[in-house]
Amino acid sequence: LAPWIPVVGLEIHAQISSNSKLFSGSQVQFAAPPNSLVSFFDASLPGTLPVLNRRCVEAAVMTGLALNCSINKKSLFDRKHYFYADLPAGYQITQQRVPIAVNGSLSYSLCIDNKMSQMVTKTVRIKQIQLEQDSGKSLHDDTRSQTLVDLNRAGVGLMEVVMEPDMCCGEEAAAAVRELQLILQTLGSSQAVMAEGQLRVDANVSVHHPGEPYGVRTEVKNINSIRFLAKAVDYEIQRQIEELENGGTILNETRAFDSKLGCTVPMRDKEGKQDYRFMPEPNLPPLILYDAKSLPANMNHQQVINIDWIHERLPDLPSVKREKLVEQYGILPEHSFTLLNEDGLAEFFESVVKQTQMKPKKVIGWILNDLLSYLKQHSLTVKESPVSSSLLADLLNLLEKKEISSTAAKRVLVELWKGEGKTPLEIVKEQKLELLQDQKELEQICQAVIDGQENEVIMMVLG
Amino acid sequence: AALKDRLRSQVSAALKEGRVTPTELCQRCLALIKSTKFLNAYITVAEETALKQAEESEERYKRGQPLGILDGIPIAVKDNFNTAGIETTCASNMLKGYISPYNATVVQKLLDQGAVLLGKTNLDEFAMGSGSTDGVFGPVRNPWSYSKQYKEKSVPKSHSEDEESNWVITGGSSGGSAAAVSSFTCFAALGSDTGGSTRNPAAHCGVVGLKPTYGLISRHGLIPLVNSMDVPGILTRCVDDAAVLLGSLAGHDPKDSTTIQDDFKPFELPNLTDVSKLSIGIPKEYHVPGLSSEILAIWSKAAELFKNAGAKVVEVSLPHTRYSIVCYHVLCTAEVASNMARFDGLEYGHRSDMKDSTESMYAATRREGFNDVVRGRILSGNYFLLKQNYENYFVKAQKVRRLIANDFVKVFRSGVDILLTPTTLSDAAPYMEFIQEDNRTRSAQDDILTQAANMAGLPAINVPTALSERGLPVGLQFIGRSFQEKQLLTVAKWFEKQVQFPVIQLEEVKRHDSGVFQHQKSASFS
Repeated sequence: LAPWIPVVGLEIHAQISSNSKLFSGSQVQFAAPPNSLVSFFDASLPGTLPVLNRRCVEAAVMTGLALNCSINKKSLFDRKHYFYADLPAGYQITQQRVPIAVNGSLSYSLCIDNKMSQMVTKTVRIKQIQLEQDSGKSLHDDTRSQTLVDLNRAGVGLMEVVMEPDMCCGEEAAAAVRELQLILQTLGSSQAVMAEGQLRVDANVSVHHPGEPYGVRTEVKNINSIRFLAKAVDYEIQRQIEELENGGTILNETRAFDSKLGCTVPMRDKEGKQDYRFMPEPNLPPLILYDAKSLPANMNHQQVINIDWIHERLPDLPSVKREKLVEQYGILPEHSFTLLNEDGLAEFFESVVKQTQMKPKKVIGWILNDLLSYLKQHSLTVKESPVSSSLLADLLNLLEKKEISSTAAKRVLVELWKGEGKTPLEIVKEQKLELLQDQKELEQICQAVIDGQENEVIMMVLG
Repeated sequence: AALKDRLRSQVSAALKEGRVTPTELCQRCLALIKSTKFLNAYITVAEETALKQAEESEERYKRGQPLGILDGIPIAVKDNFNTAGIETTCASNMLKGYISPYNATVVQKLLDQGAVLLGKTNLDEFAMGSGSTDGVFGPVRNPWSYSKQYKEKSVPKSHSEDEESNWVITGGSSGGSAAAVSSFTCFAALGSDTGGSTRNPAAHCGVVGLKPTYGLISRHGLIPLVNSMDVPGILTRCVDDAAVLLGSLAGHDPKDSTTIQDDFKPFELPNLTDVSKLSIGIPKEYHVPGLSSEILAIWSKAAELFKNAGAKVVEVSLPHTRYSIVCYHVLCTAEVASNMARFDGLEYGHRSDMKDSTESMYAATRREGFNDVVRGRILSGNYFLLKQNYENYFVKAQKVRRLIANDFVKVFRSGVDILLTPTTLSDAAPYMEFIQEDNRTRSAQDDILTQAANMAGLPAINVPTALSERGLPVGLQFIGRSFQEKQLLTVAKWFEKQVQFPVIQLEEVKRHDSGVFQHQKSASFS
């Protein structure tokens, strides 16, 4: 049987972290009372006009720069038309012709064969980033045959990040999205929490034989977590392979991921034959951005966006942070990944290192093996840890000074998890876990043991 | 002060000097509106709020602290501008009963300067039309239909035909506003202009109609027809008053991203006496086939007038003029299809009782809410925006638009200051005759002389020039350079002074004007 090459591309919508919406002054807030954050423009009242939010543009420029994109100094806005209850104007304002950023790349890392020890770096090309409006939310109440519409989210700024089909499986897709999430959170351009709908991922999947053209692709939606993303992609790849090997065909359709059943199902053909009748948005002039070279001499700094100015102020991206951790603390690259992967863990680690004489190379073991596994077991975040960095540092100091054995240290840790407020020293004393350092004392104990077991000793000496 | 007075030169002074109070002025306008109800110029008369505004204005005058020249001046606003608390219908079933929560920027500016908002004027539904005949509240009647000048000239076709069926249209789509100004029920009115909708009715109703440069006056709150061509229009009794209104409305609005950032300085119009440095262009393409010989003659006479006064009058060419109507149809309908998509019955406006599904509710709502004209344009527009048609229609039309705009650039660059053209093909048609052809046909015919200025975003003004053989107003159009309203209005004012267009003689107005302020009568006629 000829091998199959799966091809995976992603369309990711990241909600911009800003105080107000993309084209109006109403507030952006999660879980507010329905229809309490709706301006006249959001409700599409006749005669209202869009006014571009500067902060949203800056967020998109930052993200574009972090993803190695070319920032288009002139980009345009368009209307994308369709009728739906959560789209009050009957069109979405987006960037179809010329988006704000193009041709970037994202590097991400994977473990080979599930071993943390072997990591490989991959790259996915970023086709473009475009600014667009989010829609409202509609809830279908079938019992009362009605649809409830909440426009709080209508008009919130989105960055759509399009990743080229350079990925080959669920694991790669998940790793790429995870890295993007970390970048967005580091930049602050999006909080990118999937559970709160701030990061939405649609996957485009197809399979083909080597040397043949790409197969028909399906779009998979309704993916609510990174874990489900990997599952959905892998399922769809498998489904397509089986279908084709059984002589069937793949339809160019949209499918939804059913997380309960772990499979994809066809969605009602909402998008299939839609013609969006794209038209330039006449109420917004072209978006012009400047850099140090093109900035006009007497322009008011407040009136323009300077790409170079933003570039200079970008924070360290995750990849840079990891490198620094490896260099500074001598930990392994895969360790740095785990540190950055957990919110707050890197800070915790650095805090412990500061407060202990134990070498970072040894500290990392305690962080990744003990602390992290406990947190995972109990579904706690680093912030919620009952063991603070100081407490852990105290414990590691006792170990480092050889006042306790490492076995004893693990027992103390178990006590500390209980969060009863005792210090490591107190627990050691309570449980009499002190290491005996005195040679003479040790000899006496050994002698006592031997004395008490005369017969066994004779047996041992005789062989 | 009489209702026929001019704003700046007469009424404003009268208010300041206490010869008339804002309340009196308001009351008289309201009374005249009532007695001219048959014109159907107003959809909503905001009697209570107007009187309140007038009272507040009066207080300010008493304290000697009027807000400005517009304080206490009764004005009317076309019913496609949002007015908070006062119904805004666009003469459509879709928005019948719709009370907007906000004021359009231009409305707010007028109110902030103390103007008294009398009411909302009638129009073609959603400003689509050139007759003000296709709104759900019925057609607007041209006040000149009832003028002494028209009645004297009209020959009844048969003795069974009475005055009623002989009335002529106002032109459109801002017919209500034009009629309101023309019949003296207000001193100025706001209209809108997308293809000629302010200049056309101004010409038919014998008033000044100004279309400002695109981007000069905010469109925030103006319910759009074609976002890339719409402008708020100004209708007044004389050019001076148009300058006053312009000064109070122009300027950057952060709520409208298509307004220019530059500071706008309101100006007073100089009294031009020497036109020898002026170069007037006469575009030959505006001598269109359907142009009445009467208007051709008036146009020629006007050109002569400038020549004899020492101005340079040259024939120029705007070669792409003949494509403007077709180009307009594509771009206008495309934008209409897009702008009307929001009317789905969900958030505001009419909602059908159809409950089978959301889609069926949309369809029924839109069928019930829109008239044929609107629905026709939506269907056409959607057709042009289809993926397979977009390049051939929309993009092509954009390119042609650029050519039309460039025609003007070239002509102005060659040394011409102002263009002089007719505004309409003929004087106002009788309603019964006008409705023999459909809206699309009429619009295509009537927009030909005014549309190109919207394509190019240029300022243009109709100045009432003379009466036709039938005793009806004929106006001429001046088109100026972008943002050169001062020059445009200065020339228009000079021309206005030369032609001395007669005041309409309306029975109703005479009745209202007589009595209380007898001694002012002589001052009221210019």
